[in-house]
Amino acid sequence: MSAPQIFREPLRVINIGVEGFAEDLKAAGVEVIQLDWRPPTGGDARLTSLLASLQDDD
Amino acid sequence: MPIRTEILSSFYQDSVVLMRIASQVRTRPGVREMAAFMGTPSNHGLLEQIGLATPESRGARPNDLILTVDAESDAAAVAALAAAKDLLAQRRQASDSATDVRPRTLESALRTLPGANLVAISVPGAYAKFEAMKAIKHNLHVFLFSDNVPLQDEIELKTEALKRGVLCMGPDCGTAYLNGVGLGFTNVAPRGRIGCVAAAGTGLQAVVSRIAALGEGISQGIGVGGRDLSAEVGGAMTLFALEALANDPSTEAIVIISKPPHATVLPRLETVIAMIHKPVVACVLGAKAPAQSAATWVETLDAAAEAIVAAVTKRTPRRQLFSNPAEIRDRLSQLQAGGPIARDVLGLYTGGTLAHEAHLILEALLGREVVQQIIDLGDDQYTVGRPHPMIDPQTRTDMILKAGREKAGVLLVDLVLGRGSHPNPAAPLAAAIRQARDQAAAAGRRLVAVASVVGTVGDPQGLAGQVKQLEEASVELLPSNAEAIRFAALLVKPELSEKLLEVSR
Repeated sequence: MSAPQIFREPLRVINIGVEGFAEDLKAAGVEVIQLDWRPPTGGDARLTSLLASLQDDD
Repeated sequence: MPIRTEILSSFYQDSVVLMRIASQVRTRPGVREMAAFMGTPSNHGLLEQIGLATPESRGARPNDLILTVDAESDAAAVAALAAAKDLLAQRRQASDSATDVRPRTLESALRTLPGANLVAISVPGAYAKFEAMKAIKHNLHVFLFSDNVPLQDEIELKTEALKRGVLCMGPDCGTAYLNGVGLGFTNVAPRGRIGCVAAAGTGLQAVVSRIAALGEGISQGIGVGGRDLSAEVGGAMTLFALEALANDPSTEAIVIISKPPHATVLPRLETVIAMIHKPVVACVLGAKAPAQSAATWVETLDAAAEAIVAAVTKRTPRRQLFSNPAEIRDRLSQLQAGGPIARDVLGLYTGGTLAHEAHLILEALLGREVVQQIIDLGDDQYTVGRPHPMIDPQTRTDMILKAGREKAGVLLVDLVLGRGSHPNPAAPLAAAIRQARDQAAAAGRRLVAVASVVGTVGDPQGLAGQVKQLEEASVELLPSNAEAIRFAALLVKPELSEKLLEVSR
């Protein structure tokens, strides 16, 4: 295998969750976009896990 | 005692913001405890555990925000809830007025930032796989900070990541460096020629900081999460990261930092290391070097940094256990001249890997003849509803004051600087140590504080200023955690001096 492409290109980050991470990255000059995240399926973790499994079958 | 609860329905806020708000409200007069949690099943469990569950809180759904306060009077409780809601409203307003676009889904984020190559995820563990799998299936690298991710989810995520040739750093990955950019809790270090693979967050911070102090820098620092070398995960991401660094032209040497791999994983690790045509240093805390290995095995984090720097600079690594044995001898004799020190070491750590290192070294040096207790304050039992102790010093401050009233002779601590950490952690630490020492002295006892700092000159807190504050509080500062631990051991067991000050490692 060769080294992943990401070792050779600038980071461009999508941040999901704690906003502080996006703020730190922005301060370090990294292109970053913060997702307006809400728990999927109204916060039902069991349903989310089911959805994640369905996603596995893509 | 009045406990009041308020539910804000369909009001999502991330846990870091909620913990910060709860911490602020806790400092109000008359407030004994404050919790701000989303109504997820695990948070309901936590509320029961800390005695703040109420009939109202029990009815909250995962998308509802629970505010619960325990106060000395009903008026104080009402005022605290109002204050919490004010802080939340301010936060909302700041987010809403931000000019940047905030897409709701990964797909729309990718349309806004088409060249995105990494997704950083820090949502609650139960939802982490859902988000991470989507990212991996878009062939994006993932930095997965979330903890409490089920093991099976981790296996599935890493299997998919390997299939697609992308990194899945984590779950429970606190620190990583990609292309000179720090992710999570990181010290500001120069870019350089040393590659790191770490299954231990503060371990990576300590090694990177020491590498920077020795004049070298980092090419990439791949965090893999603490369970990667378990039998179940099989070292999936460690092996992938090693191969990636082996083929990276900017990386001249590689250091691995972890706890012992499962017996079934070690041979695979050795096979991959044997194929790497670059120097490899293995810092596997708690494991003895195998009889034969292509890597240089070391036993401490500072030794890892020194060995890897020696490898790239083609110098011989330092063999002594202390950077300056003569100076250590002087400091020890001065301290010992001040009177007897109780043979009781209490370690209060904010860095998990550093606490683990302390436990291993002290156990080997002191055995059972000296009382020793090493506490990792980042452990789940100390962080219920509170930020990590690297962010919020309160839990440690309280425990240091308690130590001043009790029997400890030596207090051993770490101070972790860098992005993500408290803006001035030396101040509360130095103040607590002063107070504890005064309390001990008033009771006719001695309390000697020994510390090391994980930090670089580039860190936002300012390394020199942090060190100065500890020195002014007469804290015995050592250049690394391993040296601080050995110094603590010498204070309570001076007969170790021949072994530690004269013999090479």
